[in-house]
Amino acid sequence: MTPRQDRSVPLRWIVSGSSVALLFAAWYLVTGPLGLVSSLKFPAPLDAYDSLIRLIRSPGYADGILAQHILSSTELVLIGFLLATATGVPLGLLMGRNRLVDGYVNPVFQLIRPIAPIAWIPLTILWFGLGMGAKLFVIWLAAFAPAVINTYTGVRNIETIVIQAARVHGASSKEMLFDVVIPGALPSIFTGLRTSLQACWMVLVAAELVGSFVGLGHIMIIASRDLDSGMILVAMICVALLGVLMSAGLTYVERYAIPWRR
Amino acid sequence: MASIGSRHVAPHRASVLGITTVAGIRGAMPVLGIATFFGAWTLATSLKLAPPTFLPSPLAVLHSMVELTQIPYAGSTLQQHLMASLEKFGISFAAAVLLGVPFGLIMGRSNLMKWALSPLFEGFRFVPPIAWVPFAIFWFGTGFLAPTLVIFAGAFAPCVINSYRGAQLIERHLIEASQTLGAGRWRTFTEILLPAALTHIVAGVRVGAGFGWQSLIGAELIVGSTGLGYMIVQAGSNLQPAIVISGMITIGIAGASIDYLMRAIQHGMRRKWAH
Repeated sequence: MTPRQDRSVPLRWIVSGSSVALLFAAWYLVTGPLGLVSSLKFPAPLDAYDSLIRLIRSPGYADGILAQHILSSTELVLIGFLLATATGVPLGLLMGRNRLVDGYVNPVFQLIRPIAPIAWIPLTILWFGLGMGAKLFVIWLAAFAPAVINTYTGVRNIETIVIQAARVHGASSKEMLFDVVIPGALPSIFTGLRTSLQACWMVLVAAELVGSFVGLGHIMIIASRDLDSGMILVAMICVALLGVLMSAGLTYVERYAIPWRR
Repeated sequence: MASIGSRHVAPHRASVLGITTVAGIRGAMPVLGIATFFGAWTLATSLKLAPPTFLPSPLAVLHSMVELTQIPYAGSTLQQHLMASLEKFGISFAAAVLLGVPFGLIMGRSNLMKWALSPLFEGFRFVPPIAWVPFAIFWFGTGFLAPTLVIFAGAFAPCVINSYRGAQLIERHLIEASQTLGAGRWRTFTEILLPAALTHIVAGVRVGAGFGWQSLIGAELIVGSTGLGYMIVQAGSNLQPAIVISGMITIGIAGASIDYLMRAIQHGMRRKWAH
């Protein structure tokens, strides 16, 4: 490390830190002392803090405390995401390895895929009602397509020589799948799962905003009816943090699953 | 016969009998797939496995789609809803590109700007675009403008990220050469930075268009009184699945057309700047 680089590291933190501090100062000033933005447009920092405390303590807000809302939303995303992984990855593997299946399934897939998963929400509510079922279905749908496509691409991009070498050395079809194809496609599969996870949160929030009884999106809807901007901000930050946490969890799993990629 | 033949004959050449070659089966699979899809759909509805209030037949959907172009539903005809959606999309997508691309390029070329702006941008990026809907209502009311904030939130981040990467990957000597030859900041920006990062930028803009379109539909489900999202959510609560599916098909076609247009621009750019 040269001294020049050493000097730029603290500078970086000073710049980033002061930029964030500036944002918070501006937030405090325009919502509080300067009174430029009314609490109907954006909450003051202290209002948001009050909302957070109100949400955490026992009666909570919108029929539950924060932990219950978080649990409900997280549960839906997690189950929907796992279902999509458990169905999408095998289908992608099958389509990547078998041309007949590819030819059979791909056109139907291409026919349905352009319809944004969010656009399925009214139909699924009509089918399953406002409970868990409708939300699980749309979350599954949103996560399914990226899982299939990236698995498929991953399998297709494995070099033919690798496959041929395995075959020449007498790999059984089971060995071929578990020792050659899946490890070869794993980096691409994880890229797909990352996209899937992001899509899950997006669709969940949309579905909860359209209609729900519990969850972070439900908080937002009730709060916008009550004109409680502080509560909306708290719910938004919770959604963002949960997204970051789950994405970090996926990175952890990825490191464990693909040790050769560090 | 076919299985023996397929071992010895090259897969794409017709067998002696010319009936069931490997290539022939492969060619038939897509047709079979589509036929199974529509066949199962028609069968499920005609055998009353699914009641019409649950799943209408393909013909009923087609019929309602034609009807929607003539008789207004939820205030407008299908093409008016489509135009309303496209208009909102166009306005805020243009804003996201015009702001996001320079934002990304500046972050990619200046360390100071990167350090100052990236923590704010990272914070913004992790909020799902749809979560902006309540604030969109607070700021813009429930009218035409409310979804625009949500579309902007969806399209902005991909534009920034790809422009940033594009700007970082530019070879240093290109910039240095232009500065040696006396190009000012503005000329370096417009004549070196922008063209060199263009393929990355266009790729990001394409991703942004996809996210923006999705966010638009999501926002229209919740707020507003026009647009395809509004139409399908109204039809959903009136238990009219044929209209819901007609709207979904229109959303799919419009989304695919936007993506097709973006891809055409991407290919055009690649051809133009390849030399």
